[in-house]
Amino acid sequence: MKRLSTLLAVAAVTLSASAAAAQERLKIGLITTLSGPPAALGQQQRNGLQLAIKSLGGKLGGREVDLIVQDDELKPDVAVSKVKAFVERDKVDFVVGPVFSNILVAIMKPATDGGAFLVSPNAGTSNFAGKDCNANFFVTSYQNDQNHEVLGKYAQDKGMKKVFIMAPNYQAGKDSLSGFKRYFKGEVVDEVYVPLNQLDYSAELARIAAAQPEAVFVFLPGGMGVNFVKQFRQAGLADKVTFLSAFTVDESTLPAQQDAALGFFGGANWAPNLDNPQNKAFVAAYEKEYGHVPGSYAFQAYDAGQLIDAALKATGGKTDDKNALRAALMKADFKSLRGAFRFNTNHYPIQDFYLVKVAKRPDGKYQTEIAQKVFENYSDPHVKDCKMK
Amino acid sequence: MSTTLLIVQILNGLQLGVLLFLIAAGLTLVFGVMDFINLAHGVQYMLGAYLAVMFYGLTGSFVAALVLALLASLGCGLLLEFVVFRHLYDRDHLDQVIATFGIILFLNQGVKLVWGAAPLSLPIPEALSGSVVLMPGLLYPVWRIVIIASGLAAGLVLYGLVAHTRIGMLVRAGATNATMVSALGVDIRRLFMIVFGFGTMLAGFAGIMIAPILSVEPGMGDTILILAFVVIVIGGIGSIRGAFIAALLIGLVDTLGRSFAVDILRLFLAPSPARTVAPALASMLIYLLMAVVLFLRPSGLFPARGR
Repeated sequence: MKRLSTLLAVAAVTLSASAAAAQERLKIGLITTLSGPPAALGQQQRNGLQLAIKSLGGKLGGREVDLIVQDDELKPDVAVSKVKAFVERDKVDFVVGPVFSNILVAIMKPATDGGAFLVSPNAGTSNFAGKDCNANFFVTSYQNDQNHEVLGKYAQDKGMKKVFIMAPNYQAGKDSLSGFKRYFKGEVVDEVYVPLNQLDYSAELARIAAAQPEAVFVFLPGGMGVNFVKQFRQAGLADKVTFLSAFTVDESTLPAQQDAALGFFGGANWAPNLDNPQNKAFVAAYEKEYGHVPGSYAFQAYDAGQLIDAALKATGGKTDDKNALRAALMKADFKSLRGAFRFNTNHYPIQDFYLVKVAKRPDGKYQTEIAQKVFENYSDPHVKDCKMK
Repeated sequence: MSTTLLIVQILNGLQLGVLLFLIAAGLTLVFGVMDFINLAHGVQYMLGAYLAVMFYGLTGSFVAALVLALLASLGCGLLLEFVVFRHLYDRDHLDQVIATFGIILFLNQGVKLVWGAAPLSLPIPEALSGSVVLMPGLLYPVWRIVIIASGLAAGLVLYGLVAHTRIGMLVRAGATNATMVSALGVDIRRLFMIVFGFGTMLAGFAGIMIAPILSVEPGMGDTILILAFVVIVIGGIGSIRGAFIAALLIGLVDTLGRSFAVDILRLFLAPSPARTVAPALASMLIYLLMAVVLFLRPSGLFPARGR
C-alpha cells in the first residue's frame, strides 16, 4: 500500500512536471533600435513581430510567448550586454534582431554561444553569409549587397550609359556602391561619398546637374534620404534624371517624402502590394493595428515570427533538441509574405528581387509597388565560402 | 569646373552660412552675455521646426504657422529659462553642460513621444515654391534665396538692435562686464531673460525656415549645434559681428570644400585615392580652419572687448 502510494505520488509529480513543460512559455528576446533617428525602423520591426505573434493566437508553435523587447541604442556594446542578459538571465530560446549590421556583428557570438538561435529580420552581412557562417543563425531578409545589385542590374538591362552614384562615407556606403557596380558596366560619371548624416545636398545636386547623367543611384537611409529626395525634386532634377536608390525611398521615409518621391525607384524582396493572400491580410492587419503602411522591416520581422512558429510546430514545441530544431527552421515551412522562398546552405534566403516604384494610393497614403522582377531565385555569391552543407 | 557651378556653390555656401548665423547669434549672446553654456540651443532649433509642422497642420497656412511657431518657441525658451536655466547661472560650466545636455535628451525623447520617431516634413509656401534657372539643368529653389534674404535681414535687425538701442547697449556692456552692469543698477536677471528669449526665438526661426528643405526629425539639432559652436569660437565669443562673418566663412568653406575637394586633389593624386581622401579632408576643413584661427587669434576673429 505504501509502495503504491509512493508510485502514485511519483507519477503525479512526473505528470505535473511534464504538464508544466508543455505549459512553459517560449521566451524570445527582440533586440532592435528604438531610440535615435532610426527608431522608426526598429518600431516597424517590433510591430511586425508582435503582429505575427498576435495573429497566431498569442502562441508560437503552440506555446505561449514571452516577448522581451530591448533597445540596442545603435551601440554595439549596449547590444552585447543586453543580448548577454537575454541568454544568461532570461534563458531565451530565440534572439530576434537587429536592424543594423554593425550590431549584428557584435551580438552574433554572445547570442549563439549562449545556446540561443539568432534570427535576423534585417541585417545580413557578407561575412556571416560566407566564411563566418553560423549553424544557429538564420536570416529572413537578404544578404546586404542584394538590394543594391537590383538597381545595378536594372540600369545595365536598360542600357543606361551614364550614372552618378552617391553614398555616405562608411562601410555600408562603400559596399552599396560596389554592389551597384557589380552589375552596372556603363560609365560612372562620378562617385561621391558624403559624410554620414549630411542634411543639405545642395552642393552635390549642383554637381549632378553639371554632370548630366541619365540616372542617379543613391544609398541614403533614413533622414538623409528624406532630405535628398526633397531637394532633388526641388532642384528640378526629377524630370530629367532617373532616380534609382536602395533603402532611400521606403515605407519608413515616404510619410515625410510624400509627393517628392513619386515615381522614384528602389530595390526590394517584397512590397506592400505584392499579390498573394497572406500579404494582403498582413498589410490590412498591420495598418489597422498601427495606422501606417508596413515596410520591409515589418514584413521581415513578421516572417521571423512565422519561421519560429513553423519550426516549433514541427518539433512539437520542443526546443531542447537543437539539431531537430535547426532542421525544422531550415525547412522554412510557412507561407512567407514574399511568396515562395527557401534557405540556402548558409541560412540566407534564396528569393526573387524586384524593382519597386513609389506610388500614391487612392486613400492618400504612399507605398512602394512592384514595377518588375529583376532577379529570380537569387542567392548571394558568398555562399561558396560557407562550410555548412 | 565651370564659373556657373562655382556661383551656384557660393550661393549654397551662403545659405548654409546664414542658417548657421541664425543659430550661432543666439548662442554667442547667451554665452557671451551670461557666461552660460547652453547645449540645448540645438534642441530649440528642432523645436521650432516641429512647432511649425504642427501649426501648419492645424492652420494650413505657412504664415500663421511661422508666427505661431515663433511665439511658441519663445514661450518654450522662456519656460526652460524659468524652470531650469535660471538656477544654473551661478554654477560652474560643467554643471551647465550636464544640465543642458540632460535637456537635449529629454526634449529629443519628448518630441519622439509627441510626434513619433519617423521624420516629418513641412511644404514650401505656395507663393515661394517656384525656382529660378541658375545653370543649365539646375533649378535653384526660390525658397533657398528666401532663406538667404531672411538671414541677412535678421542680421541687419540684430545689428540695429545691438548697436543702436538702449537694450543693445546693455547687452554689449553685459558681454564685457556683467558684474559691473549689475552694480550700476540694471536688473541683470531681466536682461538675461530677454537675451535668452531672443536667442531661442532666433534658433526657432532657423528651424522653421529650414523645415521645408530638411526633414524634421528627433536629433536634427545636435549636428548643427556643433557647427554653431565652431562658428562662435571662430567669430569670438559674445560678438554678433564675429558670428556673422564666421558663419558665412564656415558655410562657404564647408560647401566649396565638399564640392571641389575631389577636383583639386585630382590635380596631383590618382583618381581613386583622390576619391577616398577628398571626402575625409572636406569634412575636416572647417575644423582645420578653426585650429588655424585659434592659433593666430586665440580669442577669435572679433573678440568682444574687455575679454
